[in-house]
Amino acid sequence: MLDQQLVNALSLGCVYALFALGFTLIFGVLGVINLAHGAVFMTGAYAAMTVMARFELPLWAGLLFAFAFCGLLGLLIDFLVLRPLRARNAPHLIPMIATIGVAIVLNSAAQGLFGAENQRFPEGAISNDTLQWAGVRITVLELGIILFSFVLMAVLMLALKRTQLGRALRAMAESPKAAYLLGINVEGLFYLTSFAAAALGGVAGVLIGLYSNAMSPLMGQPMLHKGIAVVILGGMGDIRGAMFGGLFLGFAEVLSINYLGSTMRDAVTFGLLFLVLLVRPKGLFGTLQERKV
Amino acid sequence: MMEALSTFWVIHSNLILSLGTNALLALSIWLTLSCGMLAMANAAFMGIGAYTSAILTMQFGWPFPAVILAGMLAPMLAALIIGLPTLRLSGVYLAMATLAFGEVVRIVIINTELLTGGIGGIAGIPTSTEWWHMLLAVVCALFVLWRMRRSKVGRAFEAIREDETAAGLMGINVGANKMLAFILGAALAGLAGTLNAHLTFMIDPKEFGFDRGVEILTMAIFGGIGSLVGPVLGSAIFTLLPTVLSPLADFRLMVNGVVLVLIVLFLPNGIWDPARFKQWFGRKQGART
Repeated sequence: MLDQQLVNALSLGCVYALFALGFTLIFGVLGVINLAHGAVFMTGAYAAMTVMARFELPLWAGLLFAFAFCGLLGLLIDFLVLRPLRARNAPHLIPMIATIGVAIVLNSAAQGLFGAENQRFPEGAISNDTLQWAGVRITVLELGIILFSFVLMAVLMLALKRTQLGRALRAMAESPKAAYLLGINVEGLFYLTSFAAAALGGVAGVLIGLYSNAMSPLMGQPMLHKGIAVVILGGMGDIRGAMFGGLFLGFAEVLSINYLGSTMRDAVTFGLLFLVLLVRPKGLFGTLQERKV
Repeated sequence: MMEALSTFWVIHSNLILSLGTNALLALSIWLTLSCGMLAMANAAFMGIGAYTSAILTMQFGWPFPAVILAGMLAPMLAALIIGLPTLRLSGVYLAMATLAFGEVVRIVIINTELLTGGIGGIAGIPTSTEWWHMLLAVVCALFVLWRMRRSKVGRAFEAIREDETAAGLMGINVGANKMLAFILGAALAGLAGTLNAHLTFMIDPKEFGFDRGVEILTMAIFGGIGSLVGPVLGSAIFTLLPTVLSPLADFRLMVNGVVLVLIVLFLPNGIWDPARFKQWFGRKQGART
């Protein structure tokens, strides 16, 4: 029984991590708390569902479409909203408020286009087969989510650590101005980050829409709150932290449902968050950037 | 004429009085922002005030003035307790810790069903709040804050906002002043919660969650935090916008979002920005930049 719970916790944790990776990427590189990430995530789920239902496409095509669609959406948000604020050197609160506006626009657009009620992916979008191994059941989808999130984390971490691109991004995270003086195409990389984070958010939306088997225009909001918790637990802007934060939260939630009852689930989440912030404000993995005069 | 006015009042009185609630909330976060802290527990403090007052009114039959007092004291006490460990955090981390505290409060309310009615909330709260209570509360809050700005405490807040380290070196007790701002902000939010609970007939935990917290911050920033006028103006516009836009039906919220983005993009210091007014309407000799 406990084995099964642990597998559930693993897949739930990976779901959170998947969402948090994009969120933390934006914070790490752009320094923006992107409160529109939940709405982008929701957009991905709806975009995939629409093309899959209308053109009877398979799941991989839906995922690809969500990736491209949300990536372009992220690019558009960056171009229209974040770039002008960057150009003006606005304090970090201001872009955050702008992203609230973006989230309201996206959420209400979805509500207008698709209605407020729950929707599902078309029947048979994903096989319901379960794999059984040593008494533990796991669905194909869960396995997919777990593998995908780990691979994604590994790719992102390697890219950031080992490639020229990653070095440039890390330099920008330290100081965009210094990076610019070193000849790094700062604006281009900001766009790239916005594209990648939003595209990943869209893919996460599709997978999680399938996982919970229900989509609604506001599905991104609770995810956003969890995502913030995950990113803080792990350390803001840290890829590894997002993964471990997600897993940590997944395990904490599943175990607290198991031992304390389901109503205490969120209390455990945010209680933990509160504790981590008090004891280790930089998160479990993060490095706090505090500039003293 | 009188009749038209009174029907107008019947239809819109709740909206007009919620202007007062939101103004108090925006001022409560302005207070912490003016001390350089991004604390986002105001929705939770509002909730603590609302629940304390509703329970005291309904289960213990306290008179309204005592209830208001208690509705302010309870969040102040909560602020003192959570402020001790959290206020040493700075920037985004303080925002996140206070948001997390807000979620914990919401969940505690949901789980103490005997006292708070759980997820369904409390209904049937007597509507004791009159329009002049609200007006008086806003005017008093504005007066106190306005006097405070020009006092030693207000200047200390400003010094801390500009540079914490330098303020500390000048002999300002940074911790105590931050705590004071936090507690006073909590009192204002609690007042807003109390008056609002005795106005809307019912309260439920959803009202005091994450979205409310973000909304309060948005109202203040939207109006501009450079002066006391900003938060009040921002909260008024933010409250009225959905009603003004109601002919747009489904696209109302969407336009609301677009307006928010546009204001952030084109009016960086909020709507009420004295420096900009000077630039626009002042003498022309100072060339525009």
